[in-house]
Amino acid sequence: MFGHFDYQEILRNLPYLMKVGMTFTLTLTGLVVVGGVIFGTLLAMMRLSSIKPLSLLATTYINLMRSVPLVLVIFWFYFLVPYIGAWITGANQPVKVGAFLSSVITFTMFEAAYYAEIMRAGIQSVARGQVWAGYALGLNYWQTMGKIVLPQAFRNMVPILLTQTIVMFQDTSLVYVLSITDFLGAASKVAERDGRLVEMYLFVALVYFVMCIAGSYVVRRLQRRIAIIR
Amino acid sequence: MHYHWNWTIFWDMTPEGTGTYLHTLLVGLGWTLATGLAAWVIALVLGSILGVVRTAPVKWAAAIANAYVEVFRNIPLLVQMFLWYFVIPELLPGNLGDSIKQMAPPWASFVPAVLCLGFFTAARVAEQVRAGIMALPSGQRMAGTALGLTLPQTYRYVLLPVVFRIILPPLTSEFLNIIKNSSVALTIGVVELTAAARAMQEFSFQVFEAFTAATLIYIVVNICVVFAMRWVEQRVAVPGFIGRAVAAGGH
Repeated sequence: MFGHFDYQEILRNLPYLMKVGMTFTLTLTGLVVVGGVIFGTLLAMMRLSSIKPLSLLATTYINLMRSVPLVLVIFWFYFLVPYIGAWITGANQPVKVGAFLSSVITFTMFEAAYYAEIMRAGIQSVARGQVWAGYALGLNYWQTMGKIVLPQAFRNMVPILLTQTIVMFQDTSLVYVLSITDFLGAASKVAERDGRLVEMYLFVALVYFVMCIAGSYVVRRLQRRIAIIR
Repeated sequence: MHYHWNWTIFWDMTPEGTGTYLHTLLVGLGWTLATGLAAWVIALVLGSILGVVRTAPVKWAAAIANAYVEVFRNIPLLVQMFLWYFVIPELLPGNLGDSIKQMAPPWASFVPAVLCLGFFTAARVAEQVRAGIMALPSGQRMAGTALGLTLPQTYRYVLLPVVFRIILPPLTSEFLNIIKNSSVALTIGVVELTAAARAMQEFSFQVFEAFTAATLIYIVVNICVVFAMRWVEQRVAVPGFIGRAVAAGGH
């Protein structure tokens, strides 16, 4: 069964897999966490806003993103981003957008919808009295949000935001459908070149597994450490 | 910026000559639903068993079930898809592996896709079932024991009938997830809805019409499932007992 298993194959290609593939995956994950949480927080604030059109717009966007598969969203943005680029710059031709930028935009827009729902729960977990206290002190909306509500909302939601980030880290492997060389893409290229599918895919599975298990362990530790004793 | 909209494209024949583009999309929807439903059967049965075992007072069995959940939750779905499609047939003893690889065209990718989605979602269902059982007051279990029921009887007649009512909302979102996740099967050659839209885009060059149609179909399926499950929830609700929703995450 494992008689033909070629460990050397993995060792030989390890530098390529890590330097090209894992770097792409981690950079993408990092940028999307930052962009997704910022954009998601804005979406959550819009959704909770008392201005009806804003709230309706955010709700529609979030529900739309959450009801279609990520693979379809990846295709959508892959074709849509060049046209949006042309529209913004006023160019006549669709703008050429690199694979990396295209995936950053796609995942930021998609994950923002999921982060938004987490941040909405976070904002709602802050007692109403805190908001009233802020207004009573003469702070405006942005000051109340920025100095009182959001810091507490973030603190309450950090474990869930991180768990969602682990899910997103796994989901970035779907850029495979655009033939991008992320960690899985790199392994798949090597696997097909050398005809070593078994070794490569098992190794990829193991690496993802170890990284995600380690990630969830860190999240659990953090959860205990930052829990607010009420 | 010029994009030539052509919304009548859906009634044009495909180059393959097997029907209109709309027909292609609907066949794709058929495969999406077939994959999702077949996988859901596996996920629900296996997930329920695993969820129950995780709360049962048999240490080693609970440990195995916990390990299962950790493994299937911490490997990306796409990687699992490749493991089922490329790796498992190689690792099985000679004849069995070969006969899997030589299955007639749609089945050679459909069967691994269903198994992959089923086993993947089972881990998530197990998590919901466990959370549902843990959410019940421990007096329920003790009452079962006090009545002289055996452990399996306690689960069958006391705990699970309530648990499945409590976890209907998160199970609904898992079912929606399995339909969405079935799009990952396009990587191993299942021509489900997203793949059909992609094929339509490649043949007709009408990118945005194809993807808009696929998006609308996914939304309609979503709405139908949500309404159907709401109806089921009302049908099975125990009067005077309002189930508490268990939080669901991920996608």
